[in-house]
Amino acid sequence: MSEVLAYKPVLEVRDLRVSFHVREGEVQAVRGVDFHVNPGEVLGIVGESGCGKSVTAQTLMRLIPSPPSRIKSGSVRFLGEEVLLKSEKEMQQLRGSKMGMIFQDPMTSLNPTMTVGRQITENLKKHLKMSSAAAQKRAVEMLKLVGIPGAETRIHQYPHEFSGGMRQRVMIAIALSCDPALLIADEPTTALDVTIQAQILEVLNDLRGRLNTSIILITHNLGIVAGICDRVVVMYGGQVAETGTVKEIFNHPKHPYTEGLLKSLPRLDTSKDEPLIPIHGAPPDLVNPPTGCAFTPRCPYAMKICQRLDPGLIDCGGTQAARCWLNHPKVQEAKA
Amino acid sequence: MSVPLIEVNHLHKDFHLGRGRTLKAVRDVGFSIRKGETLGLVGESGCGKSTVGRTLLRLYEPTAGEFLFEGQNVYSLSRAEMKAMRRDMQMIFQDPYASLNPRLTIGDSIGEALDVHQLVRSQKERKARIGELLELVRLRADYANRYPHEFSGGQRQRIGIARALAVNPKFIICDEPISALDVSIQAQVINLLKDLQRKMGLTYLFIAHDLSVVKYISDRVAVMYLGKLVELADSETLYRDPLHPYTRALLSSVPIPDPDVEAHKDKVIIKGDLPSAINPPSGCPFRTRCPLAQQICAEEMPPLAEHRPGHFAACHFAGADPA
Amino acid sequence: MASNTRDSLQAHSSSLEWRDDIFRPDDFEDIDVYRSPGPDLQRESISAWRDAWLRLKSNRMAMFWLTILLIIVIMSIVGPLLTPYDYYTNDLMNTNKPPSAEHWFGTDDLGRDMFERVWMGATISLRVGLFAALIDLFIGVIYGGIMGYFGGRVDEIMNRAAEILYSIPHILIIILLVVIMTPSLFTIVLALGLTGWVNMAWIVRGQIMQLKNMDYVMASRSLGASSARIIFRHLIPNTLGPILVTLMLTVPSAIFAEAFLSFLGLGVQSPAASWGTMISDARSAMTVFPWRLFFPAAFISLTMLAFNLFGDGLRDAFDPKMRK
Repeated sequence: MSEVLAYKPVLEVRDLRVSFHVREGEVQAVRGVDFHVNPGEVLGIVGESGCGKSVTAQTLMRLIPSPPSRIKSGSVRFLGEEVLLKSEKEMQQLRGSKMGMIFQDPMTSLNPTMTVGRQITENLKKHLKMSSAAAQKRAVEMLKLVGIPGAETRIHQYPHEFSGGMRQRVMIAIALSCDPALLIADEPTTALDVTIQAQILEVLNDLRGRLNTSIILITHNLGIVAGICDRVVVMYGGQVAETGTVKEIFNHPKHPYTEGLLKSLPRLDTSKDEPLIPIHGAPPDLVNPPTGCAFTPRCPYAMKICQRLDPGLIDCGGTQAARCWLNHPKVQEAKA
Repeated sequence: MSVPLIEVNHLHKDFHLGRGRTLKAVRDVGFSIRKGETLGLVGESGCGKSTVGRTLLRLYEPTAGEFLFEGQNVYSLSRAEMKAMRRDMQMIFQDPYASLNPRLTIGDSIGEALDVHQLVRSQKERKARIGELLELVRLRADYANRYPHEFSGGQRQRIGIARALAVNPKFIICDEPISALDVSIQAQVINLLKDLQRKMGLTYLFIAHDLSVVKYISDRVAVMYLGKLVELADSETLYRDPLHPYTRALLSSVPIPDPDVEAHKDKVIIKGDLPSAINPPSGCPFRTRCPLAQQICAEEMPPLAEHRPGHFAACHFAGADPA
Repeated sequence: MASNTRDSLQAHSSSLEWRDDIFRPDDFEDIDVYRSPGPDLQRESISAWRDAWLRLKSNRMAMFWLTILLIIVIMSIVGPLLTPYDYYTNDLMNTNKPPSAEHWFGTDDLGRDMFERVWMGATISLRVGLFAALIDLFIGVIYGGIMGYFGGRVDEIMNRAAEILYSIPHILIIILLVVIMTPSLFTIVLALGLTGWVNMAWIVRGQIMQLKNMDYVMASRSLGASSARIIFRHLIPNTLGPILVTLMLTVPSAIFAEAFLSFLGLGVQSPAASWGTMISDARSAMTVFPWRLFFPAAFISLTMLAFNLFGDGLRDAFDPKMRK
């Protein structure tokens, strides 16, 4: 644990650029992304499909197939070491021990031919060099921790004997078994029903207090972010549109896209008479990303400069920063 | 109160899976929808909500029950009568990528309705009508000779809406029309559906698993669990004062995009998983996960009773607080 | 690392480094960006068919093998006209001649021109392939289509029948047929046709079963469209890709089957020549007159390779997973 706390931040991503090559040309999926994760915090990465959030996550774990993808530039420092320079062998050491991960579909990430218990113990024996007996004990503990009833008997069962929600719990147990410094959860509840989703979020919420693991939660659901995350990165068109604490982002969004997302969705507590204000148009084509700000063609506040120049992330006070010209002192001066 | 446009009584739908196993997808479901009203139908995957929609349109034949459309039982119509009836009811599908034939131009997809029911007399009239429909869903008329893969999910969903509108229906079943769309696109489609309803006096059955959207768009909401209706009420009432423990759990499970609300929310998290619909629990289907369950729940299926005017719930302990 | 100044400016987390002189006087004027009812689609409109063709065209391997195929087809028609000989006249003064200016591929043991005979063989092979493809198309597609569309009982019975047919070894059927009838091109085509379509039927069945539950078919049904309309407008056009690919793989296997039967002496009879009979004839003198074996063997290999690899390219072109 002290080893983890020695690094602040746990993970630091700088100017990450990832592209895919398809017949139409180069899809610039991630176009210069910066963010960091502090020890013990839950960072949410939100955005729509194609915004680059999953590609970013897969790049952090170096799970992105190459070709067709190519990491063009940038740096990912995890516990002080450069991830992008590691060999596949070193990455295998890292994944499942210091860096845990859970995915959207737990069925494809569990081995159907191995009992659930064995999948946890293998991991423990491989990474922590535990004895069989110790690993077995730890596996039962982990299953109990994620709320699987009858853990002692269930470790002898195979993945198909578990429901979707229970499988996701198993995935979490496996991911956390080696006490990782970072857990990357890529849409962990998207395939689940709401009542099961609530169970899984409860498990994650419960664990964050007890373990010293930082979590990156990738989702398209703003409600989940509001409920569980400390800080948020909002992604749009392969870039960070806005970042800040949950309170900053939800109470005072400084990017028109974030604002648009919050206004365009009906909430359970919105009345029927309140109109929804949709975001017009569609996300940008990342084969030919627009010059200037990527959100300009959909932005209700668009100005001439937005078409010409990308503002970069502008500090908005506190920990908040947004990629929008409206936050530039010069613009605020002119608009006042 | 006016006569309902549609009335569904004791609808059952079984699927035979072979080897003597039967999936009871819909069990004794009944509701009515007034003209111009939107009834939301919510529930989790496998609860039978989509089967209800498809059985109404006779894409699946019902096992038992009746469906009255303007007083006429749809299930007793002959083939020819049914074809005529289809002009009055249409469907919008969930997956915008699967709901358009990739080999047809979108004009031909929309025009199919016009061809099948011989609603236009000439190619010129057909083209004009297709253009009109495209503009109705806020697309350009000259998109007609393009192919589905050239459009985004949101645009395709509008094309699907245009196709459903081509026959001038009175009743539209919206089967999860926005759940496959990106967050920023959903509001566009919700607003479009609301506008069309206002302009054309449409009646909707809005099927979805997203409670916030259903609550926003519906006048009344029906909640399904394991093939049965468990609660039915005015949407505002259902949200403020749910009577069925399942509805309560469902409502509290929906994450709200507001950190202050989330921090102070009383969470009712129900344990366990959805039981199998092939072998549903005896009595009340929800009793295996219910915090209020007693002996009686296993013995007797509670009827969908009107606990307050217009507020129905199927629970022996409707409205009771968990101890 | 950055290649130009703009990039390096963008890389900063805060852009307060923007110098004041980058701003233009009208920079802060509002613009109206989204009032049009829809954006112009930049690319020209392309149908799924054209899309597949474009993909195929950009696949150089597939195009190469398509060209080879076309050359073989053209040569099977034009080839025999290029020499003064024919495939059946014996010339006992010029037996077993090696390739030369007079006989480009040499002559066989009866002095017949090998060039002529190779293209004669091509005609037969291609004809066998064509017939097999036609049978696939007519029996296989229709049979499979009926199984897939109607499903249930109909499917069960028809599927059982197909399985039984499929489980009888082809060679057995063919040998039986040859015993009853005389060995000829017709017998071979009949024998291949009796069993060859089952594979196609299964592929079509699977496709149709999958497609008939697609939402667009549901939409069509909810409009009240007839079965005929659904089959011909929705199901068949969307199955044509896999059908075409299967056809491309049926042809070489039929060609191979014919060559194999002819090699066994169960195929076309002298003086007509197929590649199989030519290889069979050349076998005894393989070491002495290798060209008699080489040319028919080379062409049969080339043809089969061309069909298979072009079929692969076709499958890639139609693969929906590749499409965005």
